[in-house]
Amino acid sequence: MTTGTHRITRTSTPPRKLMALGAGILGTSLALSACSGTTAPGASSAGAAASVAPASSITEIDYFTDATSSDAFKKVLDTCSAQTGVTIQRQSLPLKELLPKVLQGASSGTMPDLAFVDNVNVQQLAETGALTPVDDYGFDLSGYVKGIVDATTLDGKNYGVSPAINTLALFYNKKMFADAGLTPPTTWDELKKDAAALTSGSRYGFAVSAPASEEGTWQFLPFFWSNGGDLTKLTDAPSVEALTYLTSFVKDGSMSQSVVNWAQADVADQFIAGNAAMMINGPWNISKIDKSGKVEYGIIPIPTPKAGQDPVVPLGGEVGVIPATGGATQAAAAEVLKCMTADAQMLEWAQGNTRIAPRGSTATEEIKALPVLAPFATTVKTARARTTGLGAKYPVISQALWTAIQSALTGAQSPEAALQAAQQSVG
Amino acid sequence: MATIDRTGVRGRDMRSRTHRREYLVGLAFGVPAAVYVVAFFGYPLFYNVLMGFQNYTPRSFYTGEAPFVGLANYQTVISSPTFWPAVWHTAVFTVGSIVFQFAIGLGLALYFARRFPLSGLLRAMLLLPWLLPLIVSSAIWRWMYDKDYGVVNALLKLVPGVHAGVPWLTQGRWALVAIIIANIWIGIPFNMVILHGGLQGISADIYEAAKLDGAGSWQRFRYMTWPLLKPVTLVVLMLGLVYTIKVFDVIMGLTGGGPANQTQTLTTWSYQYSFQLFKFGPGAAVSNLLIVAATLGGLLYLRSLRRSGGAR
Repeated sequence: MTTGTHRITRTSTPPRKLMALGAGILGTSLALSACSGTTAPGASSAGAAASVAPASSITEIDYFTDATSSDAFKKVLDTCSAQTGVTIQRQSLPLKELLPKVLQGASSGTMPDLAFVDNVNVQQLAETGALTPVDDYGFDLSGYVKGIVDATTLDGKNYGVSPAINTLALFYNKKMFADAGLTPPTTWDELKKDAAALTSGSRYGFAVSAPASEEGTWQFLPFFWSNGGDLTKLTDAPSVEALTYLTSFVKDGSMSQSVVNWAQADVADQFIAGNAAMMINGPWNISKIDKSGKVEYGIIPIPTPKAGQDPVVPLGGEVGVIPATGGATQAAAAEVLKCMTADAQMLEWAQGNTRIAPRGSTATEEIKALPVLAPFATTVKTARARTTGLGAKYPVISQALWTAIQSALTGAQSPEAALQAAQQSVG
Repeated sequence: MATIDRTGVRGRDMRSRTHRREYLVGLAFGVPAAVYVVAFFGYPLFYNVLMGFQNYTPRSFYTGEAPFVGLANYQTVISSPTFWPAVWHTAVFTVGSIVFQFAIGLGLALYFARRFPLSGLLRAMLLLPWLLPLIVSSAIWRWMYDKDYGVVNALLKLVPGVHAGVPWLTQGRWALVAIIIANIWIGIPFNMVILHGGLQGISADIYEAAKLDGAGSWQRFRYMTWPLLKPVTLVVLMLGLVYTIKVFDVIMGLTGGGPANQTQTLTTWSYQYSFQLFKFGPGAAVSNLLIVAATLGGLLYLRSLRRSGGAR
């Protein structure tokens, strides 16, 4: 491990690089530069540290900021704090502020000892050298869903352990289907026909989320990948076909063009309000829909191009990573993370937050208690990590792709032309 | 001091001593400000300029290594198909916002210059857009603009002859118009308040005199209010330029720069580079260009100030 030398350089010049981040956003949002350092890193002797005695206190950072998931997460943290005897100082930030915060920490030597980050960011963070491989702490990742292990692997080493994962599925309004005498779709053709049949008045048959952000790409990927699309070949026939298919909903009038402005939460609101008969969305909306009490819904895997295929969906979820903060704190963080990914805690967190347990055997247990999650638990087994084979290049491709999706959905460009422009911008 | 006086220091010595003391006191007052400016403006600015010449990646944060790449970031930025549209959007957004914010703000300021019952309350209510957090305003505007369920289109459809709503946020040109309208609404209170303050500073006597001389209301505005308000006008326009050119929350909240980059301004684009793509070099390059643009605006302001000062 080379963290020893890094540590010395980093601690000797903290304000400089910190400023650099502040400067990077000069004129946009200076709020970020107001960084409160979490804690000074403990012992300065860094390095893998199976033999070092664990520290008695660690800092932790995550992005579970809404009341429900924050409480559920706190419960698990409390349990593990009690079990390991390690005091955990927690900090929660919105997802889009999390990575800048961790990077700030990396430059000033104030990284959290344990961080829960979105799985798409793990390879990128690992590339910086700021993370320690979890292999060093003896985690057992056998039995984990393949997608999540892919997402956390860089150059043959594993850099994180996930406590819960998720993916997308099709939510449908049972009453609207019954009224129209329809059965839920399983193929693209059926989805298209049902969407058209269920469109009437101010109600649309289908809704996805396609804003100018990662959400847009993430929601398109089930169509893109299930049709054999390849993120490195955006102009290939399967890619164009998939975008043409999605665009056809807007052309037919069975999906609102406003989806280019709807975040996934907005789509769920439209579904709850009865403005959409079907939507693509994730399991985190379940409690919100249930609470509204307005919609009787069913959830099924996302329809595939042809009958009998398995949908290829993108994998979502958070990953616990252990930054190089020194032997003692790393060891303590590893103990806490081990506790959090043990069966009981994984089950509690996944259930409490309506996500899927990434360990197959735990997920089976979970579905027994929460059968509504079954479609997610099934498809997540074959879900693909977005960063597989792309790593730090993924954000650039994703940005190009969501731009193309918006361009096609708003009719500014044909799907072919939009994807051609996207491929060109990626280079 | 008292002892020194008694020992009979000559007046001249005294003066130079007082001078030195004043100088030191002045320095004591000046240093914190200078330190503040250097630490919180000069340093980040310097770093931003530096970053514009570096290949600054997430890795750089950890290792501190960011190789110099000369003008490569600027090349990347300027040759991007997004660049000229973003410049254009920034220009249209800035000019469009300022013109209307100022015109409406001035109209309201003139209106409220006269006192009438409830004028204070009304004026206070007009400040509302200013008081709301931008992220809240933009979320509300986003729903008002919704093509199918938004209140804006619902109202439009009440107009005889209008059957289809406007695709406010889903068609490029309209999306740009939509964010400008929302930003005008947000900017009016600022313009109104400052201009209202400026109007209060103009003595009522001269209007009375002009009235007696038979000047009509247009003449009074054109030849008295307008020239006397000029210093305030310049400040408002200058601040308006600086505030508007870097508007971020409104655009991010309404369109996120979409659909398909059609409301992407230099500010949102810089954010996208730095915090969505993690390409901090090009991100810094874009914001440097923005800083140059805003500085040019500032210089223009100083020049017109000097000119109007000289005329007096």
